[in-house]
This record gives sequence, structure tokens and C-alpha cells, in this order.
Amino acid sequence: MERFSVFSLLRHALSGHRQWPPFWRDPAPKQKYDAIIVGGGGHGLATAYYLAKNHGLANIAVLEKGWIGGGNTGRNTTIIRSNYLWNESGALYEHSLKLWEGLTEDLGINLMFSQRGVLNLAHNLGDVREAVRRVEANRLNGIDAEWLTPEQVKAFCPIVNIDRNARYPVLGATLQRRGGVARHDTVAWGYARAADAMGVDIIQNCEVTGILRENGAVTGVRTTRGTIMAPKVGVVAAGHTSVIASMADVRLPLQSHPLQALVSEPIKPIHPCVLMSNAVHVYLSQSDKGELVIGAGIDAFNSYSQRGSFHIIEHQMAALIELFPIVSRVRMLRTWGGIVDVCPDASPIISKTPVKGLFLNCGWGTGGFKATPGSGWVFAHTLATGEPHPLNAPFALERFSTGALIDEHGAAAVAH
Amino acid sequence: MLQIRCPWCGVREEMEFSYGGQAHIAYPKDPGALSDDEWSRFVFLRDNPKGWFRERWMHSQGCRRWFNALRHTVTHEIAATYKPGEAHPEEPAGGKP
Repeated sequence: MERFSVFSLLRHALSGHRQWPPFWRDPAPKQKYDAIIVGGGGHGLATAYYLAKNHGLANIAVLEKGWIGGGNTGRNTTIIRSNYLWNESGALYEHSLKLWEGLTEDLGINLMFSQRGVLNLAHNLGDVREAVRRVEANRLNGIDAEWLTPEQVKAFCPIVNIDRNARYPVLGATLQRRGGVARHDTVAWGYARAADAMGVDIIQNCEVTGILRENGAVTGVRTTRGTIMAPKVGVVAAGHTSVIASMADVRLPLQSHPLQALVSEPIKPIHPCVLMSNAVHVYLSQSDKGELVIGAGIDAFNSYSQRGSFHIIEHQMAALIELFPIVSRVRMLRTWGGIVDVCPDASPIISKTPVKGLFLNCGWGTGGFKATPGSGWVFAHTLATGEPHPLNAPFALERFSTGALIDEHGAAAVAH
Repeated sequence: MLQIRCPWCGVREEMEFSYGGQAHIAYPKDPGALSDDEWSRFVFLRDNPKGWFRERWMHSQGCRRWFNALRHTVTHEIAATYKPGEAHPEEPAGGKP
């Protein structure tokens, strides 16, 4: 793997940037691996990377039905934060945030990780109480969190409208200064490149069509590129997890919905942070290219088509202009959708299953991107040892029978 | 936006409706006899097919009545809507992806 440096940039400039090596090989699938990861998104690639790096397991394959970075990893709004309410989620997302803070150096690629601060606005008394409670809960868990008054919100984010006569006035906000954004597809490329360098096979255009079992244990998968054997299979397929799990007769408490996002034409820097509002329901950041990146809510109905309804976008724009009158005449360039797998308690499932050797990492719903490194870290541990890491033990499938749910609908910040 | 035929009011825009998830899930006959796993299945487990799906909608901005729909989760085509208690319409042939 070629490390980037001033010298490598200069050297490649002299050859017109035509000599850069590919980020990863394009191997044909082997007949047998020690473990297979189904899904080559950020979470799957991070899992492969930490399996090789932390557990010395390099004879593994990542199977991706499309191409790397073409799914939800390249479709999200790139927001990173760890201000979740409950101890279990706080620990998991904070572990992830700490990994983000060293990830550019670790992967040797510029992730453009920018800790510009994340605001979560409160617009009514219920919001205020929930937010202040969450700030205190975060602090008890060692996660940085602050409560800001409307004037402090205005000072931190000058373009937000804090008029007391607004339909949904800003009554304050939580602030996590260590939160921010990162370049999402580089995260996938960086993990893929680093995993490939340690011997992981990344196999694109390879769709899993069946899961092979013998005596209640996984023996391999059937794919569009032939049968591949492995004693361990980790499914990290986001919106399609239900479809893959059903191949092994596992039913999951997941529902797949479209989630949309959009970007504006590029404009000069006007928005210094990430701002989210649960109540009027919009979230906004500005990319380094200058585009405003705007997130929307999910469509209510189940769907596997990567597009949502236009009235969701319309609702988003109404909320955006309410909060940021300055952008009312900015034109939108692109909208798109991805399929998210939503769990009843808005927390993920990182778990063993009743099928021996079959593991799941799913249910991230609308907020998986921020958890990419931590999710890969704990899922690699689960796959390698067969038992959950202490951080993901509470996120087992059994919680839906025991009742020990981890309800993060408040902190998830996207309506579902 | 979906165009949905309410069995009572006719075709209306999706914004008039609320979604109710999977249809035809009966309340347990003897709730006291259910184990934790059976309760978990009743409360949390729902089908999530890629293909035809029987689901509930409510005409919340109209007649406020519940009804069922047979909709495809990839194409969003609605093959039929039907009142509670009516015979279930068949899935169109060859519609699965």
C-alpha cells in the first residue's frame, strides 16, 4: 500500500498522475475462506480491516453486490457524534468517535474529518427537557456535551433564525464540540485499501443468493460468482439484511425504509457547524466544496427502492427555510435515497444468531455512518472470538425477548 | 407520491393517509399463555419482504377508516386495496424481482 506524502504527490505529479496504483486488487473469489463478510459498505470493510489488524485473520472475503461506496456509505449526510442517551449507546458511539479521531493516521488517507461541532436544537419544552437530560447523561459518561441558550446558538451558528416569533422558536440546543463530518466515500476507500493491503479479498459485483447450512451451522454462501465456503459469515447488508437473513430462515425485527438526502449548488462558506433539529426535522452541514448537505426523514412505508417521495423533500425544505431564511433562494442540485433498516428501539443489532457461525451487524437505521469504526471494531471481535465484545453485548438479538431495549429515538434525531 | 385507492373514498394522494405496517396480524387468542419469545414475535417481528407486501393504511385525512393494500416494495405498484374482512386479493404473477 503506497503511503501518501508530499514526495509521493510530487513524484506522481511528474508522471501526470497516471502511475497511481489501484487502491485494492480485483481478486476472483477463492473456494474457501476463514470468514466471509456480506456487504462491502463502511461497516463491512471496517469489520474486515479490524479482523485483519486486531485479530490476525486475513483469509477473509468481503462480498459486495454492487461496488465499494455505492450504497449507504456514499449516500448519507456524513454526520459524526456520540451524544446518545443510554450508557450502552454512549459507550459504543464514543468508542467510535475516539477511533475517528485517529483514523486518518491509522488508514493513511485523508478522511477530511472535521470536528466542527454538532448542534441539536430544542423547539419546545419537551425538547428542552429531553436535551438537558441528555447533556447531563453524556457528561456522566465522559462524553463532551453542553447546553446552549438561543443567543449562544446564534453566536455558534450565525445563520440560524432564533426569532421568538417563529412558528417553532429555537429555545436552546445541545452542542457536542467533538462532533462533525468526514468525507464518507473516502472512509470506505480507506478501509478497503488498508484491508486489501493486509490480504483481505474485496470482491465486487458478487451478490449473495443463498446461505449454506449443515446441522444448524453455516458452511458457506451461494453467490452470483459461485459457491464460497466459510465457517463464519457476518451479514452487514444494511437495508437488505432481512433479505439475506431470510435465506437462513432468521426473522428479524427490522423494517426497510427509504431515507433521502439532498445537496444544493456550491456556495461560499456560510455554515460553520452541523445543525440538527428533531422537531422541525431537518439537518444541515456544508461540505468543503460549498454544497449545503441536507438530510430528510424516512418515508413511512416499507421499500427497497432507493428513492423516496417528493413530499418528504418538500417538508424538509419548509423546515430548512424556517430555520435558515438566508438559503430560501439557493437551488438544490441533487436528491437521492438509500434503504435503511430500522429497528424498533432505534438501536443497532450486533449479535450472534440461532444459526451457528452466522453473525449480524444491522439495524443502524438512519444513523450508521458515525458508528462505522466502532461497529467494525466490535463486530470483528464478535466474528473472531464467537462472542460479543463487552461494548456490543447489550445490542444482542435477545433484547427483544428479554425486554432490555435501548431506546434511542430521542438521540437518533431522525423521525421514524 | 403514491396514489392510493381508499376502498370507501376512491383514489387520493398519499399525504392523506397514514401507514400501519404489515396487515393481518391477529391479536393472540390467549395472551396470558404466551412465552417471552412468543410475545417478542407478536410485538416486534414483522415481515420485511422485497416484493409484494400486504400492509395496512388509514385514510387519516379523509374517512379515517383502516384498510389493507397489496403493494410491491420495489416498484411501489399497488395491485389492490381491500376492506378489512374482505377476501385477500391474489398477488399478481411474475411481479417478483
